[in-house]
Amino acid sequence: MLSGYSFRNFKNKLFFALCLVCVVVAVIPLASILFEVIARGASQINVQFLTANSLQGGIGPAIQGTFIIIAFTSIVGIPIGVLSGVYLAEFGDNKYASAVRTINNVLTEVPSIVVGITAFAIIVVGITGTYSPFAGAIALSFILIPIVARTTEESLKLVPNSAREAALALGAHKWRSTFSVVVPAARSGLVTGTLLAVARIAGETAPLLFTILGNNYFFQGLNQPMDALPLRIFNNSRQPSPELQAQAWGAALILILIVLALNIGVRLASRGKLRR
Amino acid sequence: MSTNMKMQSIGLNAWFGQKQALKDINISIKTNSVTAIIGPSGCGKSTFIRTLNRMHELTPSAKLSGQILLDGKNIYDKDIDPVMIRRRVGMVFQKPNPFPTMSIYDNVAAGLRLTGTKKGRNLDEVVRHSLEQATLWDEVKDDLKKPGTSISGGQQQRLCIARAIALQPEVILMDEPCSALDPIATAKIEALVVQLKEDYTVVIVTHNMQQAARVSDFTAFMYLGQLIEFGYTTSVFENPRSELTEKYITGKFG
Repeated sequence: MLSGYSFRNFKNKLFFALCLVCVVVAVIPLASILFEVIARGASQINVQFLTANSLQGGIGPAIQGTFIIIAFTSIVGIPIGVLSGVYLAEFGDNKYASAVRTINNVLTEVPSIVVGITAFAIIVVGITGTYSPFAGAIALSFILIPIVARTTEESLKLVPNSAREAALALGAHKWRSTFSVVVPAARSGLVTGTLLAVARIAGETAPLLFTILGNNYFFQGLNQPMDALPLRIFNNSRQPSPELQAQAWGAALILILIVLALNIGVRLASRGKLRR
Repeated sequence: MSTNMKMQSIGLNAWFGQKQALKDINISIKTNSVTAIIGPSGCGKSTFIRTLNRMHELTPSAKLSGQILLDGKNIYDKDIDPVMIRRRVGMVFQKPNPFPTMSIYDNVAAGLRLTGTKKGRNLDEVVRHSLEQATLWDEVKDDLKKPGTSISGGQQQRLCIARAIALQPEVILMDEPCSALDPIATAKIEALVVQLKEDYTVVIVTHNMQQAARVSDFTAFMYLGQLIEFGYTTSVFENPRSELTEKYITGKFG
């Protein structure tokens, strides 16, 4: 029979061991994805592969397209998302805001394929009559905006009320207090949330299938189909040719690296700003 | 009487939802004096001080009736912008709350920047003068670029006072400014309060009766949302008219 102390000690160790096992189990998928992608993709990487168009066996157009679509979506989506989050957190004490909040939460859960066909029906068929980076950016914005709005709201709500009161008591207007005091105080949360959202849309495939379609050539214009890495991976992996399949792995590796670089880069940038 | 009265509350009632927090408060605050508001927790003293610069109405469900006069003009008149009132009536809070993302310098300059009133004023000069008035300059003059939150609690509170002073308000409200501070920091703030009345009118809420006795010229004793007694600090403490006041200041309740 164990005494009280050693039994508690045993329970403590058991719990710790369980946590450790769970962590290992959780890391296995991530590690295996990385391993698989690097093992199969790394051999593909060379200058020709990164810069040539798809007919010459490269993924240059896909890399270019991914950057273009990330940029367009960010330009459209981040300001709208951040401002709606600011509205919800700072002025959101009314019925209109709670409706917006609910819709926003539902929108976060909408499957991306649904976003894709909706953008297809409204923009590609209805408005522009063509596949285009524009349609793709709108579709991805539908995914980006609710995530950014939500994380913005959450991080602004973490800013203590005393900061707002301090600014208002100095005779600052509400908007001034919000943008000069509250938003800067929430900056690291804002940056992280926005970054996660951008990383998320960088890997979206379904909405792009219906909006930018894919292209073997470099950027053709705002009213023309465009390629992107997720599309290139999707299209090539369905081809019978082992060569094209290997290219898909290479593209997957590049996509992961871009998302990783995005993460690290913005983290460093925001840290530098905070230090001043 | 009203000529040397900076502020007056007339028949002031305040509510949070259904609960009445202030009942018919009438207090006159003399120019260049220190007025202390004392009373047990929940007596409405913080609510009262927040009605003096219209911070009260920022709480959802807060309501109010009656008048607050600032230089004889009701600050709750329809055509008055609360933002302009808060520039004339500054506030220091219970917990020191320097802006966390700003340096010491920027904290003091924040009032002028946030209110867009820095035109034509030399910021360096204002910052230095305000920190000097708050008796903090000598301690931080070499660290102006450091974050406002990097100094001690007592220094942070004096930084908040400097931030309020920088806007050159007419009245400074202090809501239990020492309750989060140690005795030495408290003594410094108290000395500062006495100095401040040279240039400003000060209203200070405190639950520390000795503090009220030390720093104030007038004392108001509140209980359950009502003003029980108001007068010269010496007479309130040495010769209270109300039995309730006497019980409170002798420590029999509260």
